Amino acid sequence: MDGVVKPKTRQSKRFLESRAPKLTENVKNAMIMKGGNTSQVVSQTLKNIYSLKKPTALLYKKKNITRPFEDSTSMEFFSKKTDCSLFLFGSHNKKRPNNLIFGRLFDFHVLDMIELGIEKYMSLSDVKGKTCPEGTKPMLVFAGDSFNTDNEYKRLKSLLIDFFRGPTVSAVRLAGLEHVLHFTALDGKIYMRSYRCLLKMSGCRTPRIELEEIGPSLDLVLRRTHLASDDLYKLAHKQPKALKPKKKKNISHDVFGTKFGRVHMQPQDLTKLQTRKMKGLRKRKGEAMADEGKKAKIVNGQS
Amino acid sequence: MAECNVDELLAKAQQDEAEKLRSITVHKELDLEFDVGNLLAIDNNRIETRDFKGQNKEEFLRSLARDNTQLLINEIWKLPTERVEEVIVAKLPEPTTLLPREKRPPKAKPATKWEQFAKLKGIQKKKKTNLVWDENRVAKNELNRLRNIARSQKGKVPGVGLTPTAQQSKDDLGRAVTVAKTSTASMGRFQDRLPKEKPAKNMGKKRKFEPLIGDFSNERQKQLELLKVLGNKTPKLDITKAVNKQMREEDREEAAAKYRKGAGKKGRKGNNMSGKGKGKGGKGKGVKGKGGKPGGGGGGGGGGKKRSKAGKH
Repeated sequence: MDGVVKPKTRQSKRFLESRAPKLTENVKNAMIMKGGNTSQVVSQTLKNIYSLKKPTALLYKKKNITRPFEDSTSMEFFSKKTDCSLFLFGSHNKKRPNNLIFGRLFDFHVLDMIELGIEKYMSLSDVKGKTCPEGTKPMLVFAGDSFNTDNEYKRLKSLLIDFFRGPTVSAVRLAGLEHVLHFTALDGKIYMRSYRCLLKMSGCRTPRIELEEIGPSLDLVLRRTHLASDDLYKLAHKQPKALKPKKKKNISHDVFGTKFGRVHMQPQDLTKLQTRKMKGLRKRKGEAMADEGKKAKIVNGQS
Repeated sequence: MAECNVDELLAKAQQDEAEKLRSITVHKELDLEFDVGNLLAIDNNRIETRDFKGQNKEEFLRSLARDNTQLLINEIWKLPTERVEEVIVAKLPEPTTLLPREKRPPKAKPATKWEQFAKLKGIQKKKKTNLVWDENRVAKNELNRLRNIARSQKGKVPGVGLTPTAQQSKDDLGRAVTVAKTSTASMGRFQDRLPKEKPAKNMGKKRKFEPLIGDFSNERQKQLELLKVLGNKTPKLDITKAVNKQMREEDREEAAAKYRKGAGKKGRKGNNMSGKGKGKGGKGKGVKGKGGKPGGGGGGGGGGKKRSKAGKH
């Protein structure tokens, strides 16, 4: 048996099922951990990001002396252990002070890792006033043209969306849209800001928005990156066949979004048309044949 | 005057509308990309470094975020809404941003031996009927079981009086009443009757014989009626039966014609000779109502029998 684990109890069976690959996957969990040395800034940041991400995140309390860029096996091991496919690793040393590594894994192997340095930091607790309740699905906004042009920034955008978007939901409470995460790429820096969103009366149905800054806010610089090869990246994006929408035949849309359908009509057989039902007018197999039959009968009668 | 007023009013209304909208409209050179399923907006506009350096950094970032969020909120507010438990909820579409999966898609399980065989033979899974537990059915089965036991021991089997049903019909109730009435020591003989009560129907067969002696008027009447029917020359016409008969006959003749064409002489000969064919002809006439011409079936006793049959119909 090559690595096949057969559950011995119901509980373990349920557990294995919860971790097995699925068509529509679970929400991605994130593990947030510290390296060998961390500054106050880094550990505060990790805690704050944990509180943003809370129901689907795991905060490691102890130090883990690893360097993901040098050796990612320990990340892979932790990922397998806790079923997390996102990680955030914080460390601090002389060469790279206040270092954050955002990463994601595919099939328990590192797909992307992006290292960011914290230049300026403001924590959640630094800002006074009301904060958002935990577990709020944030609205994500990315601004700046480099998010669309630069390859590394593109990956970073995808990674940040993956990291912060939270669970996929079918409906959202309009009054509960409270939290905005705004990423701005400008002059080689990334400004991450977190705002509380206030819905004000505007006179029409859509409310006017006012923003109030809450923590954490970070000014980040891009450092090392480890991006997946295009093949692997493509493989990770591959959708299973069952999830792809089925193509509907003979339906097309024009530029204005009008739906066109093509219907094929067979010529209608009018001889089979049902008219008024009467006992005397019952259907025959074929009228021509019946006529012949009548002739035959007359002959018969004469004989 | 009036027209002028209307124009003014319209203009004013338009202005009001514009003013209302101004607070929520944001002008951008490039439109934002939205993925409302993820509550995501992407602003690809170039940010001028000069603007950023000129004013307070935080203020600039906040106003940029406000504008973008306003646009995202506008987009979300366009979605269809619903009221769920006193809360207004917007239905989100499927996310459009492609993100990598967490794990590889699940592999198809290898088919079991039975599944392989079923595929080879084209056996499809049949849905079992939806059997529903029925209390009354249980009672009925129990009663039948007891009756079976009683029968096997050659005891007296009680008649099925009233089996429990989900809803009792009028007939059921009537039967229940009669069963209750006959359930006395004297089999209900001395039971009182209601003023307009009808005798029980369908309570098993009771053989009845005509008296051997005494008044024969009843029997005589019956015999006369029978003779009357037999002697009646104009037949009763049952259209359904007649049409059926006609059609069947035509079909048969058609088939015969076909056969004749195919088999040649032999077939024709057989058809002419057979008495059956003649009989048919007679029947046909009777149905058509062409009259009492005894033509076809006038021959032997057999013919007569047939004619009488035709008359009945």
